[in-house]
Amino acid sequence: MMNLHTPSSPHFHANNSISQVMFTVIAALSPGIAVYIYFFGSGLLIQMLLGILTAITCETLILLARKKPVWPFISDGSAVLTAILLALSIPPSSPWWIIVLGTSFAIVFVKHLYGGLGYNIFNPAMAGYAMLIISFPKEITGWFNIQANSTSLSLSEYLGLIFTESKSSDTISQATPLDHFKTQIGLEQPASTIFTDTNLYSGLGAYGFEWIGLAFALGGVWLVYKKIMSWHIPLSLLISLVLISLVFYAWDNNNYASPLFHLFSGATLLGAFFIATDPVSACSTLRGKIIYGSCIGVLIFIIRNWGGYPDAIAFAVLIMNMCAPTIDYYTRPGAQTP
Amino acid sequence: MSTSYKQVINDGLWHNNPGIVQLLGLCPLLAVSGTFINALGLGVATILVLIGSNVAVSMIRHSVRDELRIPIFVMIIAAFVTVIELSMNAFWHELYNVLGIFIPLIVTNCIIIARAESFAAKNNVGASLVDGAAQGIGFTLVLLTVGSMREIIGQGTLFSQAHLMFGPSFANSTLVIIDDYRGFLLAVLPPGAFLCMGLIIALKKFIDSRFAAKTATLNLSAKTQST
Repeated sequence: MMNLHTPSSPHFHANNSISQVMFTVIAALSPGIAVYIYFFGSGLLIQMLLGILTAITCETLILLARKKPVWPFISDGSAVLTAILLALSIPPSSPWWIIVLGTSFAIVFVKHLYGGLGYNIFNPAMAGYAMLIISFPKEITGWFNIQANSTSLSLSEYLGLIFTESKSSDTISQATPLDHFKTQIGLEQPASTIFTDTNLYSGLGAYGFEWIGLAFALGGVWLVYKKIMSWHIPLSLLISLVLISLVFYAWDNNNYASPLFHLFSGATLLGAFFIATDPVSACSTLRGKIIYGSCIGVLIFIIRNWGGYPDAIAFAVLIMNMCAPTIDYYTRPGAQTP
Repeated sequence: MSTSYKQVINDGLWHNNPGIVQLLGLCPLLAVSGTFINALGLGVATILVLIGSNVAVSMIRHSVRDELRIPIFVMIIAAFVTVIELSMNAFWHELYNVLGIFIPLIVTNCIIIARAESFAAKNNVGASLVDGAAQGIGFTLVLLTVGSMREIIGQGTLFSQAHLMFGPSFANSTLVIIDDYRGFLLAVLPPGAFLCMGLIIALKKFIDSRFAAKTATLNLSAKTQST
């Protein structure tokens, strides 16, 4: 049997402990989180709080069940980061049990049943999101209606939506810009009128998402500068996504969105800098990271255009998580090409 | 060869269970275990085929040449599957339509050829019959556990569509476990079957390790007392 052994290269420079790295990453997320709250209101805070509480509870319980020391693992911050990434992926108005269920699945099934931090094959937050979108497509895709609500929802409105699910169809039930674009293309609308028809979109991409994306990118660049992560995965991912969408946009700009739209809507920038770069489930060799990142970029484009689910980051990352050990095996320094 | 019936039964139901230890026949197990009744239908069909083929193979075991045994076993199994398939089509027509291709596919279920080859071809008719029944029931128990888990988690009910198997008088026998349930699609879809299987196998290993630890401490204390 071929032994696909992951090379244990030093992923982190200098003497950073896991918890320092995790909390630096969380700090780098904060500009994006702040802009998100500015555009879409305080729902995200409630989701993050629920997620973090669930993550810590589940982590404690499963560590006790596995007879492992609780505090060293809880304090490494990885469970908190998983919860924050999952909260950022779901609509801020989704009912409370969505984030609770998703986070517990991510921590218990995806992380600990595979052996805990460092052994999980899949990115826990994205596997949790995939479980949610497969099981509850309706709750996960309803974004609140920007047209009907000129301002974002208030804290009390969010509390009502999250805990009592007091939905009026006006406030919720609107597709995300990516969803809307796909539906309209399916109805054979030319791309130019889709963008001017509603105020879902703005100059660069989707309303609000462009600034959120830029803020996440800012945090990501800071992490690269601080040498917490290398530039290989985010850069190769973004370049490959821009290149492939540019080819299709140049070929037929009535049916395909511009590279800028792909870059600045959905979770592209969050995914490129914070999700695809998860050191446990991504590739660890330098050549491997470039292959890994570019494949995710191409997969994002393919799934967004021809796939059945709205945003493609989760599935693209999960598919490449499966390939990561094989890519590492063939790209490790000094490997003989077979 | 003398194998005690008790051991044969223990092997089939627990220690060498085809579903959770040998991991044979996973394809029908994962595909048809969406509800309790579907699981029961496939389980009963598998038990009948397994008993029939084990008895038949054991009866002819001395007159089959070694080089020809595999094709002969396969033909015997195919004959029993055809009988079961046609009977289900006649008597449980709706259930037959639900289970579809997985009834004829029993012929390729590795449990059946594995039992013919490894047990029935080497043991007498009585032991083979018990082995077929024990292995079949062991497989069906796993099917039923996965089926109930997926039905309860996925739809919040148990025994739905029981009329497919037991006739129209059972049409209202669906147990609603969770009222006003939204449904959990993951459990209904194939990934849910894999997750349930993983949990059941883990539970079996956990029980085994607990049991082993208990007997080990018992032996140890017996030893220290005797010395």
